[in-house]
Amino acid sequence: MATAPATPRPSRRKARGAGITPWLFISPWILGFLFFTLGPLVFSFVMSLHDWPIVGTREFIGLENYRTMLQDDPQFWKSLWITVKFAGLFVPLNIVLSFLLAVLLNLNLRGTAIYRTAFYLPSVISGVALVTIWSWIYSNEYGLLNYLLSFVGIDGPNWLGDRTWGIVAITVASLWGLGGSMLIFLAGLQSIPKELYEAARVSGVPPWAQIIYITLPMLSPMILFTLITSIISAFQQLTIALLLTDGGPVNSTYFFAMYIYKTAFRFHDMGYAAAMSWVMFLIILILSMLVMRWSAAWVYYEGQARKDDADA
Amino acid sequence: MAGLRIENLRKSFGAVDVLKGIDLDIRDGEFVSFLGPSGCGKSTLLRSIAGLEELTDGAIHLGDREITDLPSAKRDIAMVFQNYALYPHMNVRKNMSFGLSLNGMKADEIERRVTEAAEVLRITELLDRKPKQLSGGQRQRVAIGRAIVRKPKLFLLDEPLSNLDAGLRVTMRAELAALHERLGVTMVYVTHDQVEAMTLSNRVVVLDKGKVSQFGSPLELFHRPANLFVAGFIGSPKMNFLTARPAGQDGLGVTVSCPSFNRPVAVELAAPVDVPGDLTLGIRPDQLKIGAPDAGHLTGTVRLVERLGTESHVHVALDDGTALVIITDGTHPGRTHDRVGLTIPAEAAHLFAPTGQALPRKLDPDTERLLQI
Repeated sequence: MATAPATPRPSRRKARGAGITPWLFISPWILGFLFFTLGPLVFSFVMSLHDWPIVGTREFIGLENYRTMLQDDPQFWKSLWITVKFAGLFVPLNIVLSFLLAVLLNLNLRGTAIYRTAFYLPSVISGVALVTIWSWIYSNEYGLLNYLLSFVGIDGPNWLGDRTWGIVAITVASLWGLGGSMLIFLAGLQSIPKELYEAARVSGVPPWAQIIYITLPMLSPMILFTLITSIISAFQQLTIALLLTDGGPVNSTYFFAMYIYKTAFRFHDMGYAAAMSWVMFLIILILSMLVMRWSAAWVYYEGQARKDDADA
Repeated sequence: MAGLRIENLRKSFGAVDVLKGIDLDIRDGEFVSFLGPSGCGKSTLLRSIAGLEELTDGAIHLGDREITDLPSAKRDIAMVFQNYALYPHMNVRKNMSFGLSLNGMKADEIERRVTEAAEVLRITELLDRKPKQLSGGQRQRVAIGRAIVRKPKLFLLDEPLSNLDAGLRVTMRAELAALHERLGVTMVYVTHDQVEAMTLSNRVVVLDKGKVSQFGSPLELFHRPANLFVAGFIGSPKMNFLTARPAGQDGLGVTVSCPSFNRPVAVELAAPVDVPGDLTLGIRPDQLKIGAPDAGHLTGTVRLVERLGTESHVHVALDDGTALVIITDGTHPGRTHDRVGLTIPAEAAHLFAPTGQALPRKLDPDTERLLQI
């Protein structure tokens, strides 16, 4: 006991009370975590080891679900590949576009506040409303996009009904929500001391080099954060694809998350869906870990001088 | 040869005129300080020379080249910023060489310059560190090193010592002086610290509300302030000011009086001028002499004695309420509530017209000689 000798020894009851009080204060979070996060996590893993129809008898089958997935289910691989393609389009575009928008907003031109709000607005619109808007834009017969394209003499494709363009259309619609990462970049840009750019100007560093050698390294923590969150949201992409194309045409936008969703709630095979969820979790985990490890090479943290520097 | 000539430089931010027509002629190799209170425009003036501010009007020449409209990089200048502005993700070597390598300088030449500058500044062993791992003084050296490697014709320094602690500031001040001596390059230095300006500079520009109040050597500013602003700004504690009126004039001699004076003060001017009817008499705290209550020109009561050891600052309130400060030697026995008389030595008095302009002051021969050096 590290209590000061002057204080009287607390009674047993008091001591126990003091032990419980802090726990009571954090209990809402702990209960939430136990029931809504850890519980389902463990439960879903147990599920994944069973043949578990929503209605009917469950049967323990060990790793059979995982084996089926890897060996006997071509749709698993197709869906995974579609998701990887989507991530390959979405993640770089999301980062580059939100970075460029942030740079533009940071120029402090007239009307910056209006544009900032406008760019962020889609992020607060509900997914269903957003998808409805995009389905009008993409519509083959009276869609806004093809109507505009007709002015420049382009006969636009059937965006949502074409096997090549479907995934592109979904990527573009997803990019509409880049307001969040844009704001993160904007906050980052505004925290870079302007003297760094002035010093660069005086030493004759051209503007493109200022962006590459000053802005990007100073923003690297935000880039890392956006990279990881974009990867996660790309792999979990469901709403837009489900509502816009429902996996079509010819399953060309049948995302991995959609496959999980349909397995669970249309085919009622909870065990198999749970197993696929765990595979997705592992993929995201491994990707994130790889990115984190790679980031040591290019992320600069303001607050921390890295250990290898200190040793040098 | 690279002196700096500034003609009628004006700068406005919207409706606010920050610089209202600055004319300066800085000689090659000179160390010049811009000194003034915050908001006087000294930093804006420096940034205008650096090309970081767009001018509203005026022209800037460096050597025989007009640089008014050139981009910063083409002006042959280097600048040291108040907060150092080091690139935090680059090590010291890269911080110093970054600009050079992007401008296509050969690697061995860059290496030579960086090594040389690092030796001058004694930061050779820090070259592979990041700014975060350096102390304030070391960062300041790196910032100066980044300026040196450019081999500029003009150094611009924006309050480079103000982020350092007091002890380090004194050391770096001496090092800056030595550096200027060694490089022999024109340097312009912005500060609000008059001690830095007085000790480092060949000449000082005192700025007040966007105008040059006086441009002269440190001792000129001290002994021959051109106006009330400079007189009050240079010197610590501040010069004492008394309202006065001329009681008589005989050639260069002016007799000055005032209701609060026990007897008039006879001041000798350096040149004949029309003496206006209202005057301000200024006298530095170390020039006033304390004596018996009715012996001096003024009588007052001691309000406070600050004993600093080698000297004491005696605060006196005259009977009409005017507050004065007198510097005495540290052993002066004065105490609060003492009645004292104050003597104004005639040769120590400064006279100012109601416009604030100083009347030409006659100096004692020793000081006069000092100003000629």
